[in-house]
Amino acid sequence: MANDPEDKQPSASSPSEPPAPKTPAAGGEPVSKPPAPPAAAAKPPAAPAAPKPPAPPKEGPVALDNDLVKRYKEKFGPAILEAWTDRKQAILVVTRELLREIALYSRDDEKFDWLSDLTAVDWPKREKRFDIVLNMYSFEKNERLRLKAYATEDERVPSVQGVWSTANWMEREVYDMFGVVFEGHPDLRRILLPDEWQGHPLRKDYDILKQDTAWVRENLGIESGQ
Amino acid sequence: MPDERIPFATHADHTVLGADEIVLNMGPQHPSTHGVLRVKLRLDGEKVIGSECVIGYLHRGVEKIAEHRSYTQFAPYVDRMDYVAAVSNGLGYCETVEKLLGAEAPPRARVIRTILTELQRIASHLFWLGTHALDIGALTPLFYCLREREEILKIFEKYCGARLTTHAFRIGGLQYEAYDEFEKEIERFCTPFDKRVDEYESLLTQNRIWVGRTKGIGILTAKEAIDYGASGPVLRGSGVKWDIRKAMPYAAYDQYKFEIPVGKNGDTYDRYLVRMEEMRQSRLICLQAIENIPAGPIMGKVGKVLKPPPGEVYHAIEAPKGELGYYIVSDGTTQPYRVRIRPPSLINLEAFDKMIRGHLVADVVAIIGTLDIVLGEVDR
Repeated sequence: MANDPEDKQPSASSPSEPPAPKTPAAGGEPVSKPPAPPAAAAKPPAAPAAPKPPAPPKEGPVALDNDLVKRYKEKFGPAILEAWTDRKQAILVVTRELLREIALYSRDDEKFDWLSDLTAVDWPKREKRFDIVLNMYSFEKNERLRLKAYATEDERVPSVQGVWSTANWMEREVYDMFGVVFEGHPDLRRILLPDEWQGHPLRKDYDILKQDTAWVRENLGIESGQ
Repeated sequence: MPDERIPFATHADHTVLGADEIVLNMGPQHPSTHGVLRVKLRLDGEKVIGSECVIGYLHRGVEKIAEHRSYTQFAPYVDRMDYVAAVSNGLGYCETVEKLLGAEAPPRARVIRTILTELQRIASHLFWLGTHALDIGALTPLFYCLREREEILKIFEKYCGARLTTHAFRIGGLQYEAYDEFEKEIERFCTPFDKRVDEYESLLTQNRIWVGRTKGIGILTAKEAIDYGASGPVLRGSGVKWDIRKAMPYAAYDQYKFEIPVGKNGDTYDRYLVRMEEMRQSRLICLQAIENIPAGPIMGKVGKVLKPPPGEVYHAIEAPKGELGYYIVSDGTTQPYRVRIRPPSLINLEAFDKMIRGHLVADVVAIIGTLDIVLGEVDR
């Protein structure tokens, strides 16, 4: 996982990529090819992706432009940055500043009234390293929609706690694990780790063996927790 | 009552107490918190006027571990989250990775998966019922519940060699073929099981103490349940008829007939009734499924080295406790770039503060019990 995973991810250029024949997948047909013979034969499909980064992924994102996206674009214009589907799942990238308004619109007008998950992904080599990811569900339409917003390390993300109460703990967890600060959150404290802990473990630059040794020494009275 | 919007334990707030108020600490070592949950309660006399859950005592960093294991290697780890429903965790993970790969398990594997997952739902609900009743003071149901749960665990043991952390499924299908008497044993368990559920109900449903301790306790309206992201029996107890097995069928659920029980009042008693009915429905699904397990391979076409194409997927299943979602991001390598697990226990627990306000200290254990949390999953 070491070499430039970012480059292979859908970035700003992704909507223009040729649509990959990903959708129905016919019971594993596209998959059987790359990994079937172990390491040796698995190389060729992966190899082209490594040297030339913008190479379209075999089973990746497809640009999306349906009524739903049109309605969002009509309402928020340039605030909707990108839209694509990945494995048949719709993804909208929106500007960070308007995240709360767009969430509110999604809940009230588009009826995505249930926030199933809020999390983040860390891409340290990108200009904006954090993806804030909201997975919403609509009981009425029986559909899911994913909202994404990008943020740098210092940028604050508007809290959606006022839109869905459930976001309270989810945002606390993202703050705990990634150090993303949510603007307007009523109680932004660590949730899983001790309050005094230093560092944010799910960041990519936080090694898996790393720990807050000072905290461990002081509170547990041992040299290492491992 | 203090302002609802101010969380009880914001540091400034909980030092300022009214004349009759005290702060009571419960847990993390307390038998009725089902593990290591610590609850800070703010009391006015015996009435709870605020609360805060302190979690993280079992945090193992499962999501971080996932980034350092291959897709296959990580599969056993998910069993350790909700350890009373390991089969369901495994199903969610395997299906998510299959979606990421664009692969699908063969029909025979899907049916066997469905049977085992439904048995696991029964086992999980039985364990919930036994401990929940025990917390409230009814000792007897626990023995009956564990008796039946044991039969299910024996089926698991015979199928894959493990009782609790089973690792029963593999990405792409199953490793083990169903053993010779598989259908027969499940039938032997399921046939009398509805009578057994009636038996538990005869101990509790009209028991005056049980009704007194659960009716009207911890009410969550449908609107609140949706706002708090509740799922599973907690959401259905509030009257929202939503079950992922019906709404977005996975495994082989689209082939079977079953009902979604819902409650009316959203109180502890309704959630109890919902789970009791769910056990009966799971029994029906198992009975339908063993009648016709399709022949064929049990492993789909996935390679030994799994390299999903770059991209991401969110997939959720109806675990016994609610929506268990996996959000996996692939960067095209053999290890996941990011695995986010949406644990139903954690999100359901979030509504605890809403549910407990205005009730008595004794109701705390009833509400913790009715949420059916497993701390291994809350803390991950």
